Amino acid sequence: MTMQLVKGGEAGPAPRIGRRSHRPVRTLSHRLRPGRLTYLTLLAVMFFSAFPLYFSFVVASQDNSALGRIPPPLLPGANLVDNVRRVFDTVPFGAAMVNSVIVAGTITASVVLFSTLAGFAFAKLRFKGRTALLVVVVATMMVPTQLGIVPLYLLMNQFGWTDSLQAVIMPALVNAFGVFFMTQYLREALPTELLEAGRIDGAATHRLFWHVVLPIARPAAAVLGMLTFLTAWNDYFWPLIVLSSPDNYTVQVALSNLRSGYVTDFSLVLTGTLLATLPLLVVFVVLGKQIIGGIMQGAVKG
Amino acid sequence: MNSSTRSRLYRWDVKASPYLYIAPFFVLFAAFGLFPLGYTAWVSLHDWSLLSDEHTFAGLDNYQRLLGDPYFWNALRNTVSILVLGTVPQLLLALLMAHLLTMRLRGRTFFQMGMLLPNVASVVAVAVIFSQLFGRDFGVINWVLESLGAGRIDWQAGVASSHIAIAVMIIWKWTGYNALIYLAAMQAIPRDMYESATLDGASSIRQLRSITIPMIRPTVIFTVIVSTIYGLQVFAEPQLFAGGGYDTVTGGSSRQFQTLTLYLYEHGFNRGFQFGYASATAWVMFVIIVVIAVLNYLLVRRIRSSS
Repeated sequence: MTMQLVKGGEAGPAPRIGRRSHRPVRTLSHRLRPGRLTYLTLLAVMFFSAFPLYFSFVVASQDNSALGRIPPPLLPGANLVDNVRRVFDTVPFGAAMVNSVIVAGTITASVVLFSTLAGFAFAKLRFKGRTALLVVVVATMMVPTQLGIVPLYLLMNQFGWTDSLQAVIMPALVNAFGVFFMTQYLREALPTELLEAGRIDGAATHRLFWHVVLPIARPAAAVLGMLTFLTAWNDYFWPLIVLSSPDNYTVQVALSNLRSGYVTDFSLVLTGTLLATLPLLVVFVVLGKQIIGGIMQGAVKG
Repeated sequence: MNSSTRSRLYRWDVKASPYLYIAPFFVLFAAFGLFPLGYTAWVSLHDWSLLSDEHTFAGLDNYQRLLGDPYFWNALRNTVSILVLGTVPQLLLALLMAHLLTMRLRGRTFFQMGMLLPNVASVVAVAVIFSQLFGRDFGVINWVLESLGAGRIDWQAGVASSHIAIAVMIIWKWTGYNALIYLAAMQAIPRDMYESATLDGASSIRQLRSITIPMIRPTVIFTVIVSTIYGLQVFAEPQLFAGGGYDTVTGGSSRQFQTLTLYLYEHGFNRGFQFGYASATAWVMFVIIVVIAVLNYLLVRRIRSSS
């Protein structure tokens, strides 16, 4: 489990995704007319947010001699295709991309399924110890699991899984944030009457899950899926430790390998960075609104 | 099927299903999250290496060696320094940005998306990009400094300068994210509190300090604790900020920015797999994380709740 997901998880109001949120009329938003200074500050923040990414694109499209120029180049050059070719020649970057898609895809499917299952149980089913177990889930969001890295490695060694993708996938198959997030959402979005009606018709719990819960959970599942994919795609520490042959590298490990030579070839490394980040940026630009909604849902009551 | 069997089946379904549904989470988390963390304590009491099947019991030897190692204390100092430099400005800036976003803005979604943009990049990408920006000879930041009439800085070489560079990476990646979390909490604050403050002539910043922050105290506590836990485990930024070769493991040529996780990595996965010693490091880190998180909690709790 990585920090990115943990960072979003808090006790708070139920998520309302894909539905109009029912706000009290007089809240803080839209309370003041912003002045010119506000816009200037925000535009400065936008500039600093975007510039490093823009600049990595500039470097990726130049050859290395251009990087020695004073002043440094601030406009894209014509070397991008060349640099991309060099990246694929230096490390098996194509294989790394495929590995990352497999890893992040599997983890996302698993996290979404298990979180929805557990979230359904915590939100709508009655059983002994429900509250206590939910408290345990919330508490585990704070556990720094990264510190268990040595025995985790020993465990994978026992299974004979070191240097394989399943070693990267297994520890991330579930996470507490997902369970919590889904519990909050289903509590609000899933009408209890609908479940009761299904019960009266004699539907077993698993049928209710497939035919009633899953369709209703879809919007939240999409947000959780995106956040999970992003986290899994960007994960670094554990894959770095457990993978040793270049053909098994994920994108992040391949990238760090490009960087770790004695002489850093920046146009090469930043081209790799661009290739690793671009798919996520595209997803973000298309679905950013929902991702922002998802993060804001996790917030604590004031 | 007769009706009694059916009703028995039904009762069993209602009783057992919930446990079945939450089982995958608890089983997998116990196996790959909690068990390794607990087992770390056991490994830390042994002379344990991947290279031999003998695991001799060593008692507290590993801990003794660890606490006697000046490099460990150096890593602890670096980690705390980077934590403070990377977290305090980050959360203050996030509060300010969230505060600005509560106003009646044109293009609010655009600003929110722009703020979250850095969070999409992986830590590896962030570390690589900023290593280039902070380059000594050809980095943009030094070029700007020089144009302003200041001198060039060899960012990697110094203790303070390398800590600042790494802190900037953390700030850049996480500020917008935390701003969104604050913003969500701020939207629940009733508007009339601000109206009366405005009538009393309180400035916008004054309102942020005396109304907003006390009102969203639980969220502030949460972000402080999570950022602390995260900041004490920083690894990729210092590892990739170092040029290359063994410096990537020692955090610079004179260990000027080696963090605790980097120290753990050096002993556990770079020098003959000293798993016992690395596990002792992990446990000491765990204690440090708990202590600092609790201290921070007590500190932030002192924010006065608004009357």
